[in-house]
Amino acid sequence: MKKEWPLWEVFIRGQHGLNHRHVGSLHAPDAEMAIKNARDVYTRRKEGISIWVIPSAQITASDPGAKDALFEPSVDKIYRHPSFYDIPDEVGKM
Amino acid sequence: MYAQMVKTDANKVRDLSEMTEEERAFQARIDRGEKIEPTDWMPEGYRKTLIRQIGQHAHSEIVGQLPEGNWITRAPTLERKAILLAKVQDEAGHGLYLYCAAETLGVSRDELIELLHAGKMKYSSIFNYPTLTWADIGAVGWLVDGAAIMNQVPLQRTSFGPYSRAMIRICKEESFHQRQGYDIMMKMANGTAEQRRMAQDALDRLWYPSLMMFGPSDKDSVHSAQSMAWKIKINTNDELRQKFVDQTVSQAEYLGLTIPDENLSWNDEKGGYDFSEPDWSEFFEVLSGNGPCNRERMEARVKAWEEGSWVRDALMAHANKKEAAKTAAE
Repeated sequence: MKKEWPLWEVFIRGQHGLNHRHVGSLHAPDAEMAIKNARDVYTRRKEGISIWVIPSAQITASDPGAKDALFEPSVDKIYRHPSFYDIPDEVGKM
Repeated sequence: MYAQMVKTDANKVRDLSEMTEEERAFQARIDRGEKIEPTDWMPEGYRKTLIRQIGQHAHSEIVGQLPEGNWITRAPTLERKAILLAKVQDEAGHGLYLYCAAETLGVSRDELIELLHAGKMKYSSIFNYPTLTWADIGAVGWLVDGAAIMNQVPLQRTSFGPYSRAMIRICKEESFHQRQGYDIMMKMANGTAEQRRMAQDALDRLWYPSLMMFGPSDKDSVHSAQSMAWKIKINTNDELRQKFVDQTVSQAEYLGLTIPDENLSWNDEKGGYDFSEPDWSEFFEVLSGNGPCNRERMEARVKAWEEGSWVRDALMAHANKKEAAKTAAE
């Protein structure tokens, strides 16, 4: 059996109304200890009001080699942005 | 500095024409200022050098807790004690951010710790000096954390994403460390004659070891040149040391303390101070294990690791048992 505690990814909600954001990782034997450790390691200065932890092994990431296939198709679709359209000034704010 | 004399395995820095296509593309990304992430392709030398550098940096944070921890139980007031506890806890946090950054490169936490304990990885030379009086705690915050900031601020722009992000977190917290140190020095320097003497004595003993933190001149070092090409080192050791001296002289003057260097003088032409080099033979002695506290520091780390072993095992066994019970109930 591997002796090292498993790795967890830590997500913190900085303030009300914001998303939880990934802040880093840490080792802990279980989820409860991961939350406690995350509190000590990542929120010593009121950085958050809520913590999520997830075992790093549970994360599926996109393949960095597939970056072009995944993201290239959105590059040329400039019509998805509001600035693509010319609206006359007379129309007012839109 | 917190990482000193990190080797790169390079014999020379190769130019673009000598690189493979992959290496060229990698160097181009770095030159464009892109961040390299753990799953991206990277040259083996880059990975290995970063493991050494980040690992050494992490070890320094952890070992660095020892000289200051020495004074927690003897801090002069409850407030100073609370502040010192918070500072030492920050150092633990900094070590943890950095270990995690190193682990993204494929080395395990246990491996890093075992390498340190086996003497195969280093930590900063500065933590092999003792903290003899309370004034040393002031001088450590002021000078040692001051020197660390010099090095860590530019490293926020380093090319490896996890290292850069760890540095950004660390730099946010580091300013408190230096200011609390200077605050102690102000109190001592404006105190009784005995306190002033202690403050001057702390500066006398820690000045040159602080200058050593930047490492010997590396203007001709192929390792430094390679690290700078990879943007895992941003400034030369001499540049950082000069900046540190230029910044610190007026701070010492304000305290009414004398920097123990009779050659210290302003040089108008270079726009900085001329100053004496530390004794580099002492530096190499400390680095090779013969500093005043090397043995004590390693013994303390190994003892903490070994005596904590049953706690780590017990918590893991408990977690496995709970998990098994949960699975059985489902």
